[in-house]
Amino acid sequence: MGVGIEVTDLNAWYGTNHTLQDINLKIPANQATALIGPSGCGKSTFVRCLNRMHETNPIARVTGTVLIGDLDIYNDAKPVEIRRRVGMVFQRPNPFPTMSIYDNVASGLKLNGYTNHRVLDEIVEKSLKNSALWDEVKDDLKKKSGASLSGGQQQRLCIARALAVDPEVLLMDEPASALDPVSTSKIEDLIFQLKSQYTIVIVTHNMQQAARVAEKTGFFLNGRMVEFDSTHKIFTNPTDKRTEDYITGRFG
Amino acid sequence: MRSKVRAVTDGAVTALAVLATLLVVTPLVAIFVYLIYKGASSLNLAFFTQIPKPVGEAGGGMANAIVGSGVLLGIASLIGVPVGIGGGIYLAEFGRGTKLANAIRFTADVLNGVPSIVMGIAAYSLIVLPQGHFSAFSGGVALGIMMIPTVCRTSEEMLLMVPHAVREAALGLGVPNWRSVLSITVKTASPGIITGCMLAFARVAGETAPLIFTALGNAFWSTSLKEPIAALPLQIYVYAISPYDEWHRLAWAGALVLIALIVIAVSLVRYVTSRGVLKGAS
Repeated sequence: MGVGIEVTDLNAWYGTNHTLQDINLKIPANQATALIGPSGCGKSTFVRCLNRMHETNPIARVTGTVLIGDLDIYNDAKPVEIRRRVGMVFQRPNPFPTMSIYDNVASGLKLNGYTNHRVLDEIVEKSLKNSALWDEVKDDLKKKSGASLSGGQQQRLCIARALAVDPEVLLMDEPASALDPVSTSKIEDLIFQLKSQYTIVIVTHNMQQAARVAEKTGFFLNGRMVEFDSTHKIFTNPTDKRTEDYITGRFG
Repeated sequence: MRSKVRAVTDGAVTALAVLATLLVVTPLVAIFVYLIYKGASSLNLAFFTQIPKPVGEAGGGMANAIVGSGVLLGIASLIGVPVGIGGGIYLAEFGRGTKLANAIRFTADVLNGVPSIVMGIAAYSLIVLPQGHFSAFSGGVALGIMMIPTVCRTSEEMLLMVPHAVREAALGLGVPNWRSVLSITVKTASPGIITGCMLAFARVAGETAPLIFTALGNAFWSTSLKEPIAALPLQIYVYAISPYDEWHRLAWAGALVLIALIVIAVSLVRYVTSRGVLKGAS
């Protein structure tokens, strides 16, 4: 089951560049939350702070508190433990090129020392079914490389790979921006199904997409969160003038 | 009018490229053809099963030198491959931007440019002199050290070519960094790393100079690491500068066998490592 996320006074830097400033927000459990905003507004940096991927860059720095469920991820846990609880899907599909489809999905477990084949088989099947890829790949699980799939299939493979480690939260950083419309709608259908089991945070450039999949939406601008409310409210009656300007296409 | 100019330019550039390719391939083909022409007639079963005969006696072979080269290259690979790959992993994954990494990179590049005879003298003074005798071991070490910079630098380059997205994918799954490096990055770069190892192997397989002061050569059977050992390049050298026609012919045959063995070894490694590669893997 998913858990909620509570962010308090989050600040992040790349070198001297203050990319996130004083972010406070509560992301509800078992819902999809969309983050929108123009390029470079900090929304990607924000999700990367939620699983401590931001700090993998040597010049990056973070302050503030992030609670995932009741776990304080910056003070009470190691990065690798958090990343097992908070899965991530990246902008470009990035399957492991040398691995089979099966090994890609099982990689998170295998690389952490899990070896029970019968259980792995079950988890791989379940994860691929959850990511709506099972029927397309079940005959070549161990024969084909993950890189041999189409872009949209690769992205669903990456989602299956993230689901296989059984996370509580799924972060998606523009998961459909490199895909064609058909693949995009498959990913959106998937988000709809997955949010009953996981808390989903999705970064998107596509406002229609945010409106379609998310219960809540946050608008980021220049490293600050301008507005966070129900998706309906953001898109029909935003409080802040800047949000209105952005969603009506006056800038960005 | 314009399209005609374009066609002429296109033709000229294509012709230049073809010419350049021919110039590159010509020496290689010429060497091969000449070796076969000069050496093939002296190849027989005895060449692969017998040791050299004394001067004046006809026949004999290079069996001891073939085995000796195998032993020397075995020792060299045991030293050069793990140290080189380990160094490459450090440079590409852990030491990026550190002073130590820059120092190692610089040292490797300088080592790459050190003449091979100097490598032989170094092994001579570090191993042969303290031990008091020439040995297969010292020859293997000299060749192994020569392999390190090539293996190290190509491994580094290949690892750096692995896309950042692949590393992030592994980290995002909660895989510890060391595990991600060994199981994902190195595995993804392995075809290139293997090519680097083969390149280094093929290069030292034909080295003569570092062996003169170390392995020395041996006219008899020996597989002991503590004793001087025969090697194909040494044997070719000795036979080639001798005044006997029979030995000259054997030297040609030896050169042909040396090149053939290198090609076979490289192809074998390529074949073995390419098995198990999946459909569509890049």
